[in-house]
Order: sequence, then C-alpha cells, then structure tokens
Amino acid sequence: MSGDIILIGLAGVLSSAAPIIFGVVGETISERAGVINLSMNGMILLTAMGGFAVSLATGSLILGFLAGAAIGALVALIVAFASITIKASQVAVGFVLALLCRDLSYFLGNPIMGEAGPRLPSASIPMLKDLPVIGALFFRQDLMTWLSFILILAAWFFIFRTRPGLVLRGIGEKPAAAYVRGANVNRLRYLYTVLGGAIAGLAGPIFSLSVKAGWKGTISGLDGIGWIVLAITIFGGWNPFKAAFGAYLFAFLQWLGLVLQPALPGLPSQVLQVAPFPLMILSLLLVNIGNAEWVELSLAHLPPRARRSISRLLRAMNATPPAALGTPFAKD
Amino acid sequence: MRDSRPNRTLLQIGAIALALLFTTFVLLAAKAPPLAAYLNLGLGALGSWEVISNVLVSWVPLLLVTSGLLLTFTVGLWNIGIEGQITVGAIFSTWAFRLLLGSGMAPGLVILAAFLAGMLGGALWAMLAGALKTFGGVNEIFGGLGLNFVATALNLWLIFGPWKRPGVASMSGTVPFDPSLWLPTLNPQSRLSPIAVGIAVAAILVVYGMLRGTYFGLRLKAVGKNPRAAFLLGIPTWQYMMASFALCGLFAGLAGAVQVASVYHRLIPSISSGYGYMGLMVAMLVNYKAAIAAPVALFFAALNVGSIQLPIVLQLDSSLAGVLQGTLVLVVLLAQGARTRMLKKEGL
Repeated sequence: MSGDIILIGLAGVLSSAAPIIFGVVGETISERAGVINLSMNGMILLTAMGGFAVSLATGSLILGFLAGAAIGALVALIVAFASITIKASQVAVGFVLALLCRDLSYFLGNPIMGEAGPRLPSASIPMLKDLPVIGALFFRQDLMTWLSFILILAAWFFIFRTRPGLVLRGIGEKPAAAYVRGANVNRLRYLYTVLGGAIAGLAGPIFSLSVKAGWKGTISGLDGIGWIVLAITIFGGWNPFKAAFGAYLFAFLQWLGLVLQPALPGLPSQVLQVAPFPLMILSLLLVNIGNAEWVELSLAHLPPRARRSISRLLRAMNATPPAALGTPFAKD
Repeated sequence: MRDSRPNRTLLQIGAIALALLFTTFVLLAAKAPPLAAYLNLGLGALGSWEVISNVLVSWVPLLLVTSGLLLTFTVGLWNIGIEGQITVGAIFSTWAFRLLLGSGMAPGLVILAAFLAGMLGGALWAMLAGALKTFGGVNEIFGGLGLNFVATALNLWLIFGPWKRPGVASMSGTVPFDPSLWLPTLNPQSRLSPIAVGIAVAAILVVYGMLRGTYFGLRLKAVGKNPRAAFLLGIPTWQYMMASFALCGLFAGLAGAVQVASVYHRLIPSISSGYGYMGLMVAMLVNYKAAIAAPVALFFAALNVGSIQLPIVLQLDSSLAGVLQGTLVLVVLLAQGARTRMLKKEGL
C-alpha cells in the first residue's frame, strides 16, 4: 500500500469521525448536566432521514442541517421533560425513544429511499491543500469536519475554562450545592439537554448529506452508531478531548477493518465492521475497573510499591461519571 | 385511594388513544390513508387462521424473553444485552444439532439437547454481562450493547465461515436440519408448534410464581428496591444479580433455541429478530408485572405480524408496528410518571 492511499484513508477517518464527534460532544454536555439521553441511536437515524428529506425537498443543505438540529433538540426535550419535570426513568424513556425514532425514520423515510440528493462539497483551502501530508489530512475536508475540530476545542474550553461551564459541571455533580449558590438547576438541565440534543442532532445530517450520503433505510449502515456514541461518551470520561480520541480510534478501527478485508477472504465484512465493539467493552472495563470494590480489596494484599504503581495506573485510566448523573433534582 | 382500578384502566385507554392519534398523524404525514393502514394491520394479524397461527409463532419468543426480563427488571437491572443472549442461545442450539445430527440419537432427545444447549448459551452470555457489571464496574447497558454486537458478529462468522452451506455461503443461513429434527407442528404447512407455545406459557407462569410466592423472588425484589439495605439485611446482593442475569439469559437462550428448532430449522443472520428489544418494551408497558405480560406480548406480536403485509398492499414500511408500539410505551411511561407525581403531591 502506497503512502498516498494511507493518507487518503486517514483523511477519511477524520471526516467519518465527524458525526460521531458531534454525537459524543452533545451527549457529554447533556450528561455533564446530569441527564442521560439514551435515545441517541434512534435520534441519529431520524435526524439523518429528516435532514436528508428537508435538503432533498428544499435543495438547501443549511436547512437540512438545521432540521437535524431541530429534531435532535425536540427528542432531547422529551427526555428532559420526562426526567426533569415528570421524574420518570430517564433510561426507560430514552430507550423507548431510541426504538421509536428508529422506526419512525424507517417509516417516514420509505418514499425517499435511495434517491440522489444534495451532498456537502469538500471545501479545500487553495494554498494549504497542497502542503505535504497535512494538506491531504486537514485542508481538503468539508465544512462539517472542520466544525468537528472546532467543536472539540470549544466544548472543552466551555466545560473546563468558563464560568457557565463550571455551573454546568456543578449541576451534574452536586445539584444541591449549585442550587444553593444560585443556579436554577432544573432550568439549566433543560437548557443543556436540549442544547446537547441539537448538537448531536447534526450527526445525522452529516451522515446523510456527507459521510454516507443519501437515505437507504435499514441498509444505511447507521443503526448502531448511536449506541457507540453512548459508549464513547463513557470511554471519554465526559471530557471532549478524550471522547474525540475515542471517536477517532473507532473510525480508525473501522477503516482498518475495510483495509484488512481483502487480506482475510473468509471473513464477511460485517464481522470486521464490529471489530471495534470488543475493544470498546475492553476499554470500558479498563476505565471502570478502578471503581470496583474487589480491586481495592485485592490490591491491599500486594506489596506497597506494586500497589502504588497499579493504583496509579488504574487512576490514570479511570473515569468517574458526574455524581448526580441520572438522578432528578428536587429543591427540598 | 387514587390507585383504584378504574383510574388505571382510564389511563391505559387514554394511552392507547394518544398512541393511535400520534400514529395517525405519522400516517397522514406519510400521505398514507390511516383507516386502510389500520384495517390492513388488523387483517394481517387476524384475517385468517394462517396469520393467527403466525401471531402465536411470534408470541412464543416474545413471551419467553419478557419472562426473563421481568426477573432482571425486578432486581433493578437493565438487561439490554438480551438480543445477544437470544443469538448465542440460537448458536449453541444449532451447535448441538450439528453435533448430534448423525449420531443416531432419537430425534426427541436431540431436540431436547438443543434446547438445553440454547439455555446454557443464553445464560453464559448473560452472565458475561453480569460479570462485567459486578467485577468490572461496566454498566450493564453498555456491556450488554457491546456484547449484542459481538454476538451478531459471531453469528455471521459462523454462517459465512465454519458452518456455511457447501458451495455458497449466504444470508439465507446454514443448511436446514433434517425434517425429523424439526419441532412437531400443528400441521405440515404451519410453523406453529404446540410444544413451543407450552414452553412459553410455562415460562411466564414460572416467573409469575417465582416473583409472587417464593423466598427467592422476595429477595430479588428487596435487592431491586434498595440494594444497600438488602445487603445490610444479609442478602448476598451481587449473587442475586448474577442469578437474575443467568435466569434471564436462560429464557432468552430458550427463545433462540425455539427459533432454530421450530421456526427456521437452521441458523440465520438475524436470528434474534429484535424480539429482545421488543421484550424490553413489553416489560416496561406492563410496569414490570408478570400478570398481564402474556396478553400484552400477544398484542405486540399481532401488531408485528399484521404489519408484514403493509409494504405489499399499501407500499408502507412495516416499521409502522414499531411506531405504534413505541408511542404506546412512551405515552404510558410519561403518564405513569405524571400520575406518581400527582399522587405524591396530594400526599397519597
């Protein structure tokens, strides 16, 4: 394999990770505020179908993306209403929405299945695109891929370096304390859940208008992406940088699967497509195992030096969820 | 006294009405005639003895997984890995069939062995999710989801690799078993097996009895209500969680084995057919109570089978059944939540 092909492949990894990054950052914001939006899998399908349908009907890419964001926000609003106002189980409502939105997208998308529609053009930057290596990697991408880079930085800066970001973390970690300090916990949770939904809602149109252009119903290959988004959110420890790393790793592994396909003729392509999942489980195991009680107990039997280095290693990989994740907040 | 029955019935009727209203809007949005769609849905489920028997064929695996899920929900676990447990159950039972195919064993015994193998496979796969949760701190939702994908990959690999049809490997699955190894059906044309129906009915009765009248069921409920308190009262919490995972996987594996032994007579790529996720919806809709799980599962199975002819007659996608089911569960979840809130506010 020549260097050029690898370079084009890696550039493809960056752009195919873009929708996953939008999904993961949206979910991270929502979960930072304390609300799990489990509807992601159906929501991405519905926004992919809806965004494509709107673009097809209006001929406008922008309206397609806006439609995706609006659908994402609406689905998130249902999750927020159920969990914050009604205090129903977030997981149950999110799961049902994941299935309902999936079936809705297949049902409503049936008439436009397989139609050729608008597609986001790549936006090469004249001079920079000819730079060796980084020209091909970064400067021949489309607009949404660039926005995905900016989104990672912006989300990280917002969460960890600004005053509202501090409040956001507060309402997810210690809502009572945030409330005492003047934050309107439930209103902010609504805001961030809906905002997270709108950001994640762009993931669908990025697929249907760019990465996997078009709407192909059940064979769109999008069913399952939303569950991966949820797993990467945990893998990323609710930090946009680590989450982006997870998204790129996932996209890289999928690309590797495709590249390795010809070398392993006995293996159906679907098997290599799911290759990242065992890795995902393993990584979830690694980031969580430090929280398990038996690990602490068995570490106590080790000599102090070994214990210290192992627990340091575990802590480095460890990710602890926002303390109030999934729990409703009441003023009293 | 607001928890009286008429009130709850009203809520259920209201939920069905709302779900129908929303689905009608969806149909209108798709420029489809709502009445014709519902009529076809009904005819597709009840229009002939053939489709009625198909509804029962679909009811069996759905009721089996719902039975299992009632146990994991009781202990407070979200066994979303149920799809994978059905798949691995089907794989194990196919494996048993293949091993014993030429052994000269009596067909009845081979089928029995395949059922046991399916139960074992489902239970093992469920316990894997349970072990990840208990010893690895991996949330059962994400561990389970990952394992679903792994099970699908394993299934595809077997169908296209080691177990492929001689000559061509295809999406149509493995070589069908000899008809002598098929679970006996009502008549030669039907896929409905009275034995399979009997197993499913037995399963829900066992779970109902277990949760209502046994010490084990009581302890499961205690762990589900408050694991810490249950632990302090001397209930080995994680062992009970593992046991509920194993039992649920056992039912799911049995569902997989039934699909292999009596419906498809071979292993196919989409062997779980989404019954696991649908079972989760049924369990939520019945508010995790075993008493009305059987009729609700029958209703869901009817919607599923009824929707099959929508694409042929009205050029509508069969996912309409899922839209109706999903809306129904969503409305009921929201209504139940709102009702609980109102009762709390009134201090009841």
